[in-house]
Amino acid sequence: MIRTVSLFFVLLAVWLLLSGHYTPLVTGLGVFSCLLSALIAHRMDVVDHEGQPLHLGPRIIPYWGWLMAEIFKANLDVAKCILSPKSHLRPSMFTVTASQKSDLGKVIYANSITLTPGTVTVDLDGDRVLVHALTVGSAEGVKAGDMDRRVTKVMEEHL
Amino acid sequence: MSMIYAITAIAILVSIALALVRAILGPTSYDRILSANAIGTKTVLLIGVMGFMSGRPDFLDLALVYALVNFIGTLAVLKYFKFGTLRGTLSKPVDNP
Amino acid sequence: MIDLALDIATWILLLAGGLMLLITGLGLLRLPDLYTRIHAGGMADTLATAFIFFGMALQSGFTLVTAKLLMIVIFIFFTSPTASYALAQASFVAGLKPKLDGFEDEDA
Repeated sequence: MIRTVSLFFVLLAVWLLLSGHYTPLVTGLGVFSCLLSALIAHRMDVVDHEGQPLHLGPRIIPYWGWLMAEIFKANLDVAKCILSPKSHLRPSMFTVTASQKSDLGKVIYANSITLTPGTVTVDLDGDRVLVHALTVGSAEGVKAGDMDRRVTKVMEEHL
Repeated sequence: MSMIYAITAIAILVSIALALVRAILGPTSYDRILSANAIGTKTVLLIGVMGFMSGRPDFLDLALVYALVNFIGTLAVLKYFKFGTLRGTLSKPVDNP
Repeated sequence: MIDLALDIATWILLLAGGLMLLITGLGLLRLPDLYTRIHAGGMADTLATAFIFFGMALQSGFTLVTAKLLMIVIFIFFTSPTASYALAQASFVAGLKPKLDGFEDEDA
């Protein structure tokens, strides 16, 4: 139930941000449609911990900051690689192990790998993640497992 | 200030042209999907920049919808390629001949 | 004074974004195979988008327009890896082998 309520407030926030018209009639219709959507989603039983990951809480925010810094560094790496492929381009493919237990944690990890340029998740099978890397540096970055530990910490799964 | 928007728009258009060349060259259909996806993302940027250039930031709503359509379109084409049909869920592969 | 600083920051961010996009287009053309091109495509989705939209957000200040810009950036950041993964996975399942320089060919 708490997830349905939070879904309603998220929908309402998005509606208010996108609308820009705040007359009583339009706002009323907006609130009504958000309420209807939340109720229908509740009845369809599609409101779950994956759609509304409330349990992650604010711990994900510092992770996003760290991820942005990583993305910035990786972008410069890929740009260098494109400008001089001869000296930098060393494509490789390898498997790493994801230490997260839940599906959501694995998805966050795999998507973080893909979001960082220079590394792409090709396959996710159980806890084995098949990664394609563009350069030696990006491959070493994933193999070092720093991102893996950080995602596990966000999910608060101590092994 | 609209000077810099024009420069950025030209850069985006050149980038779209390069992606289009890749789409024409291929060689596999996956390269073409990649190009289509990249062109879609750049179009989102182009709509945003053009909106600011003409002083009508309302265009951002169109950019948001274009981003949605681009994402769903890419996934739909890939699902069709992978499973040979658009029926069923993504998680369970259909046994196709 | 503040306006001038904001304008200069916008110029720098938009120019950097445009440069990133040009490098991305070049990468789509000159990288050797599909898997390496995915990296180039992903670059446009992340840093170039962030640069250009943050540059425009500096011009619009604290308004609904800025909120919409941020929303588009967040949306692209959530969907771009999904699309890249779907593309890589589909081509891998279809049997397209990546070109590797004989460098740590463990699992391919």
